[in-house]
Formats: sequence, C-alpha cells, structure tokens
Amino acid sequence: MILTGILLAVLGLGLIGWFVGRGRARLLYHGRGSMHSMPPYHGWHVALWIVVPALLVWAAWSAIQPGLVEGALMADPVAAALPADTMHRSAILAEAHVLASDPGASVFDTEAQELAVPLRALQVRFGVIGALLVAIVAFAGGAYALTRVKARFEARTQVERAVMGVLLFASLVAILTTFGIVASLVFEAGVFFRQVSPIAFLTGTHWSPGNAIGTDIDGNFGAVPLFWGTIYIGAIIAMLVAIPLGLMSAIYLTQYASRSLRKWLKPILEILAGIPTVVYGYFAALTVAPLVRNFAATLGMENPSTESALAAGLVMGVMIIPFVSSMADDALAAVPRSMSDGSLALGATRSETIKKVLLPAALPGIVAGVMLAISRAIGETMIVVMAAGAAARLSANPFASMTTVTFQIVQMLTGDQEFNSPKTLSAFALGLILFLVTLVLNIIALRVVKRFREAYE
Amino acid sequence: MTEPKLTARNVDVYYGEKKAIDNVSIAIDNGIVTAFIGPSGCGKSTFLRSLNRMNDTIAGARVTGEILLDGEDIYGPDMDPVALRARVGMVFQKPNPFPKSIYENIAYGPRIHGLAQGKAQMDEIVESSLVKAGLWDEVKDRLSDPGTALSGGQQQRLCIARAIAVSPEVILMDEPCSALDPIATARIEELIDELKNTYAIVIVTHSMQQAARVSQRTAFFHLGHLVEYGETSQLFTTPREDRTKDYITGRYG
Repeated sequence: MILTGILLAVLGLGLIGWFVGRGRARLLYHGRGSMHSMPPYHGWHVALWIVVPALLVWAAWSAIQPGLVEGALMADPVAAALPADTMHRSAILAEAHVLASDPGASVFDTEAQELAVPLRALQVRFGVIGALLVAIVAFAGGAYALTRVKARFEARTQVERAVMGVLLFASLVAILTTFGIVASLVFEAGVFFRQVSPIAFLTGTHWSPGNAIGTDIDGNFGAVPLFWGTIYIGAIIAMLVAIPLGLMSAIYLTQYASRSLRKWLKPILEILAGIPTVVYGYFAALTVAPLVRNFAATLGMENPSTESALAAGLVMGVMIIPFVSSMADDALAAVPRSMSDGSLALGATRSETIKKVLLPAALPGIVAGVMLAISRAIGETMIVVMAAGAAARLSANPFASMTTVTFQIVQMLTGDQEFNSPKTLSAFALGLILFLVTLVLNIIALRVVKRFREAYE
Repeated sequence: MTEPKLTARNVDVYYGEKKAIDNVSIAIDNGIVTAFIGPSGCGKSTFLRSLNRMNDTIAGARVTGEILLDGEDIYGPDMDPVALRARVGMVFQKPNPFPKSIYENIAYGPRIHGLAQGKAQMDEIVESSLVKAGLWDEVKDRLSDPGTALSGGQQQRLCIARAIAVSPEVILMDEPCSALDPIATARIEELIDELKNTYAIVIVTHSMQQAARVSQRTAFFHLGHLVEYGETSQLFTTPREDRTKDYITGRYG
C-alpha cells in the first residue's frame, strides 16, 4: 500500500521536474541557435532522471522488502514460540499476513493473532525506509539533471537514447517472459520425468493417471493415445475441413471475386477468426455433436457417444478456415502477376492458370500456412474440452470420443490435488511436448515462407 | 493487295472513366514487323494488349470500336478470348518463365491445347520451338533445369519459344528488351527478324533505334492518339507530322 503511494508520488515528482527543467532551460533560450536542445527536451531529461532511477530502486525494494520483514519477524520473541513443523509454521505465517492487512479477518490459529501486531509494525517500518530511499534517489537524480541544464547540453540526444532504452525494455519483457515460461515448463517436466520414465511416457498406450500408484506408475502414463487424439482431431479431421475450404475461398477471393465483393467477403471471413474459441466450443458440443451422433446412429452404430472426435475436428476445421485462407491469400498474392499473364497469354483459361501455374508457384507459402494452422489446431483447447471427451482411446473411428493433450492438461490442473503428484506434473510434460511440436512446426513454416519470398524478390 | 492480318477501326480503350486510347485505326500486315513507339503513358502498350484481349483481365478496362483478325471481330460475341490468345501470342516486358523446367515451360501451351499426341510429338514441338527461338543449342542438354535458372536474355527467348509452341499467327511483344543488356538485345532483335517470315509481329518499344533496326512499319502514339503510321524508313527520315519529328529528334519524350 505504501509502495503504491510512492509510485504515484514519483510520477508526480517527475511531472514537477519536467516543468522545472523546462522553465530553467527557457531562461537560457535567446532565439534560434542559442541552445543545442529546445527547452521541453531539458524538461524530459530532468523528468527521466527523477523517475527512472527512483523506479528502479522502488522495484528492487519491493522485491526484497518481504524478505527483510520476514527476517526481522523471526527475531521477534513471539516468533520463537512457533512450532517447528514447516507446514504448520507456514500456515500460521500466512494467516498473520492476512491479519496484518485486514485486522477484521477471522483466523484459525491464535499464534497468528499475536504475530500480526509486530508484523504490521515491521511492514510499516520497512515501508517508510523504502519510501525514504526512493525519495532520496528521486531528488538526487532530479538535482543532478538540473545542474546539467546548459545551452550546450545535448538533452535532445539524451532523450533520444532514453526512448530507445524504453523500446528495448518493452521488447525484452516479451522475450524474457517467453524464456521464463519455457524454463518453468522444462523444470516441472524434469520433476515429472524423475518419477515417470520418459520412454514409458512417450511410447506407452495406456493413459489413466488416476490409477497411477506405487510400482504401477509407468504403465498408467502412456501418452500415445493423447498424441493420437490430438493429431487425429487437430491435424487430420480439422485439416480435411480447413485446407480445401480455406484454399478454395482464397482462390475465389484473389482470382475471381470482383473488388466490391472482395471488400465484403474478406472482413466477414475475418470475423470468423475473431469468434472466441469458447463459443466454437459450445457450438461444437450443443449443435454439431448431436448431429454427428444421430448420423452415427443412422449408420447403424450401437449407442454412439455424444462426444466425438469428428464433432470437435469439424468445428475446429471451421475455426481454422480463415487462418488457412488468409495465409493462402498472401501466398497467391505474392506470385507475380506476370506469371498468370504469361499463362493467360498462351490461351490458358483462368482455372488452368490457377491449377498449373499459380498453385504450384504458391505451394511453399500454402504449405507453410497449413503448418501454422496445424500448430494452432493442436494447441486449441476449448473445443476439445467441450466436444471431444475425456477417454484416452487409440481408435481411428471418428465417431468415438477421444481426448487430446490440451484437454488432459486442463484435467490435470483443475480440481484439488497435490501439486507435487505425478498426475499434476504430467500436465507440464504434456505442455512441453506440445510446445516443442508447435515450435518446430512454426520454425519450419517461417523458413519455408522466407525462402519463398526471396524467390520472388 | 492482300488483306491485312489485323485491322483496328475507331478503337477507344478506357480504364474506368479514363480514356487511354482515342479513336485509333490501323492495319497490320503479315510477314513484317510493326513497331509502336511513343513516350511513356502514350497508350502503345494499352493498345497492344487490346489486340489479344489481355485488357479483359484488368478490372474496369473497356474497349470500343472494332478489331478484326483475318476479318473476324475479336470482340464479337462468337470470339472466345481464350482461343484468341492462342492465335495471338504475347511476350512481356520482363521475362516471365513459369517456375517449372525448361521443357515444361514450352510444353505448357501445347498440352493445354492438345497439340501433341504422345511424348514423341511433344518432344518434337519443344525442340522445334526452342530451335526457332535460337535457344536449342544452349539448353538442349539441360531441359529439366528450371526456366528461372537461365540468364535474362535466355529467359526472354524461352518466353518467345513458349509463345511459338502454340503456333500463333501473330506475336505481340511488349518492350521485350527493356530488361536486357545490349548483347541479349541484339540476339532478340536478330530473332525477331527471322520470325517475321512466319508470324505477323507487333513490337512496342521505347527505343527508336530498335524500332528503326527491326521494323518495317512504325506507328507513333502520343497521348492516346495514333499520330503517324507509315514505312519505318519514311517515318524516321521524313515524318509528315511535327509531333513525330519532335519526338524522333529527341525534343520530348
């Protein structure tokens, strides 16, 4: 709470610094050429010197303060009476933290009541120390920057450099987050693979983590049925829908549709891409799945299941159509017009030209688009959660219910179970495999696209 | 006096609202090379593209008037533009071989029109087209290489061979040498000179020297009008129109 106030105060100081810096610089300004940088740049320079170092200190302090508070609390005589058992101890501490921020909260342990008072005092004390530190740094930074307000000082260059720094920071955040996610995946998956043999995991065909107890553990973590379900739904059924329809719509839009029709059709197709996947999910579960089941019944199947690979795959295919279509659209548009002109001038019809010249020329781009589409489809979760089912089954029957990697990840991480059990940890192993597969697909696809682009430039 | 191969009467070409060609009438004969010259944007390429209805492929393009091929109106209701383009071939400014093998580039047209029965006949068509285009000796040992691997001049001759392979009656060339170096250009010009005995050839060119070298008749276009049309030797030495004279002496364009 105190730290949040400090944040606002620093920004306020920065604003004041901007005005002061600019005001100072204005006194030095005597017409064109009298200064290297215009007064507002001096204002920015001062403001940056106040805000940036202060924020860095603020961030560092926010990170270390809880540790400092904890350390000081342990030195308190009340803490000496805490039980030695780690779990009990941390439960009491957690309750004390709740009490410290909200004195009206009801708690279970009486020790927590006693601890809350010194904890609160410590939090305030370290909060004030932090605030003072931040204030000192902010004023020191501002004062230093103000002494540099001179006619020859290159505030404009400095601000330019700061802008670059901010942009660099912004791009690093995304990259570092990605690395963080991958690192946590690898770490948790590592814990899982210490308990379950990777070979059994990757080659086993029996998946029932619920039964995985004692010596039987390896035999119940065979993920092949999940991989099969994922590929069958995402890469086979969905692509059988998405590739022909997406490709044909791209051909129609780029080659046949008049400009005004294209202007209407393209945005509509893009709306399809903007529908939330959960909406596709219940469309699959409530509309398509019953139709598929009835169809299975008319084919003479006994007692067909409501959940089926076909229902999930069909809807997923529809969802991917705009994706394939827009990639194919780009690929076709990248083929130079002179190619189709050359073919038309030889007396080929439009469809002959498309089939024999345009499509072969655009093929690498289309293949890349399809790979990206597959990587999206196999990572898709909502539709399979709602329509595909939970049964891990190795079957080629599209009317059977099937499960996928993403569905199992959701299953393993929802509900209440111990975090360190192999059952929960298997979600990370599955996530890691999924990540690696989509990563490889994406890399190949981007390479293909790049080479294809170079061929026509 | 034989009948002209192509006759245009009062032809206007519009792109949307804009008139790109204004009331052009011209007769193009067999057995000679006819050159269209004029400054950029004068409409010479536009007019050329209306002779095989390639303008149909541009949205908003419209042609009025009459263009006759052997007395038959190519914009008439009975004329199939696809069939027309097999009779009136075209070579473009930038060499545009298909991303296929040299062999397949040539075989493409004959295959579409069913000109060959069997592999042997197709081989024959490919060979004779490449021979006529003066490319056979250079590529006969690597027919399966991609057409795009050839040099610019060779690519353009490949495109000419491709056009020849469907046995057209007229070949339209839209600045065929503008992307080529002088040696490749000379090679194409020789080729044009040989081909004129078999096909009526119309060439659009930026270069007046080229028009003077390869053509027997020259048409000078300016701002969508056909200003002057006559024997090449006469047009370049004693032009009738002042605008022609200004252009060929380099006063504008």
